[in-house]
Amino acid sequence: MSLALDIGWSRPDFRLTVDCVFPDSGISALFGRSGSGKTTLLRCIAGLERAPRATVRFNAEVWQDDRRFVPPHRRPLGYVFQESSLFSHLDARANLEYGLQRVPASRRRIGFDQAVQLMGLESLLAHRAGELSGGQRQRVAIARALLTSPQLLLMDEPLSNLDLASRAEILPHLERLHDELSIPIVYVSHEIGEVMRIADHIALLEAGAMRAFGPIDDLLTRPDLPLAHLEEAGSIFEGVIAQHDAHYHLSYVGIAAGRLAISLRDAPLGRRVRVRIDARDVSLAFRPPEQSSISNILPGRVIDVTDDRDPAQRLVRIDVGGRPLLARITLRSVTQLAIAPGVALYAQVKSVALMD
Amino acid sequence: MSASFYSPDDLVALWISLKLAAITVVLLLLLCTPLAWWLEMTRSRLRVLGEAMAALPLVLPPTVLGFYLLLFLGPHGWGGRLMQGLGMQPLAFSFGGLVLGSMLYSMPFVIQPLQGAFQSVGARALEVAATLRASPLDRFFTVAVPLARRGFITGSVLAFAHTLGEFGVVLMLGGNIPGRTQTASIVIFNHVEAFDYAAAQRLSATLLIACFALLLIVYTANRRVPETAASA
Repeated sequence: MSLALDIGWSRPDFRLTVDCVFPDSGISALFGRSGSGKTTLLRCIAGLERAPRATVRFNAEVWQDDRRFVPPHRRPLGYVFQESSLFSHLDARANLEYGLQRVPASRRRIGFDQAVQLMGLESLLAHRAGELSGGQRQRVAIARALLTSPQLLLMDEPLSNLDLASRAEILPHLERLHDELSIPIVYVSHEIGEVMRIADHIALLEAGAMRAFGPIDDLLTRPDLPLAHLEEAGSIFEGVIAQHDAHYHLSYVGIAAGRLAISLRDAPLGRRVRVRIDARDVSLAFRPPEQSSISNILPGRVIDVTDDRDPAQRLVRIDVGGRPLLARITLRSVTQLAIAPGVALYAQVKSVALMD
Repeated sequence: MSASFYSPDDLVALWISLKLAAITVVLLLLLCTPLAWWLEMTRSRLRVLGEAMAALPLVLPPTVLGFYLLLFLGPHGWGGRLMQGLGMQPLAFSFGGLVLGSMLYSMPFVIQPLQGAFQSVGARALEVAATLRASPLDRFFTVAVPLARRGFITGSVLAFAHTLGEFGVVLMLGGNIPGRTQTASIVIFNHVEAFDYAAAQRLSATLLIACFALLLIVYTANRRVPETAASA
């Protein structure tokens, strides 16, 4: 029970009605179109916006209710803004120290050197904001927020104003953040690829209302939600690097349902990884194919079959080792193979993406 | 510059002008900083009224301003009687009165650059500071003021130069008393009246060069200061 929200904010041109409890660990993605209220919700959590009728509680503290409103500077949170927000009158080091100095030494849990190392800022400390690239500035901004030793980290589309190269530069740092610090993160995004890569939970916002909230693998594959019908729809699996095969240049990732082969990775055995399987890369068969070029085959059982955006296609959700796998196949195949809920079959996976 | 270049009266007048300008600027900064901040931050309807009043001295003839101040501060005005009631000398025809008049006269030159500078700091930089645990006062001094440096430099120099050159208010309110309220700009007028063009020339050139030098300093300083609050 870490962050509990109950917001009923209604104006003629705008509405935000949210009643939910965010988990106390991992990354929760606030996902939705622009204008769905993601940023406003994040600002209400931070106290930068004051919704007229709202209750915001964090652990045992009440941040906002009918009688109280704790101003943002008294809330133990970190906030990373969408655009670079470094103070231009200070260099990177002074930017980092700004928040650090305002936290009593006894409450500091993240040291200067640790934050610098985590975000890879060693060589940037003497530079002013204007001398840094967009990606570098955003890394400084993230480290600066971390240095207040927040109990909750709020991130408002921190990558959306960056080019692809800068995003690729920051994402590994975000994953390390996730792995090395046990700070719950609320992460606003409208990029499903980004969400699939780093989020543990998804809060799906539509027109100011919380449409659904749950574990990522569940929400990504639920046919009643729009996520499963996106062009890039797919499933997420957590696994570990189980084996390397130098001869065929392959690495094997062990997941609950079996083993998946990926291109050889320079990663230690036992390392936890996340893989993504796109729905369009999955085909279905009744027998394990004996002579096939596809090496990743997972046994499973059909959960349901639903209409998809394209009337020629169907979305099949399959239980593989207790986790949902999404397959997008043609209506013709569904009919010919008589694919229906409860049917046992084999999912052939053409491509597996390791998310790091 | 030797003493023979300026007459003793010229030097005293220059000194009074400098002292007046310096004191006016310091007091105006103290007064206008919170005022400009309030004007920029408030959503109150009083904002328009405040802005109009702060700009009034720009359009008002200096003699009108001086005249009303004279009425107000003179022995029979409210301000004068109040001062006397408190056991003080009325401010009319005194250096203190000049300071008050100069402050009113030069106020727009401080308020407007400051308000503009606070506006360019923007809400975002202050929000960032808030999420970094800075209280409102802390945010003001560590974020708003340093990012509004341009406004402080511009405002100070403009008010200084403007006070240095003021004539109408000083003449109405100060009464042209040598050694007390006679400023350089009034002495120039006296020299011209006495057909001493050479003396008028010396003082005028001094003020011209001083004001130009001040403006050069402003523009040079403003070129060096980064423009916006949070870099894009």
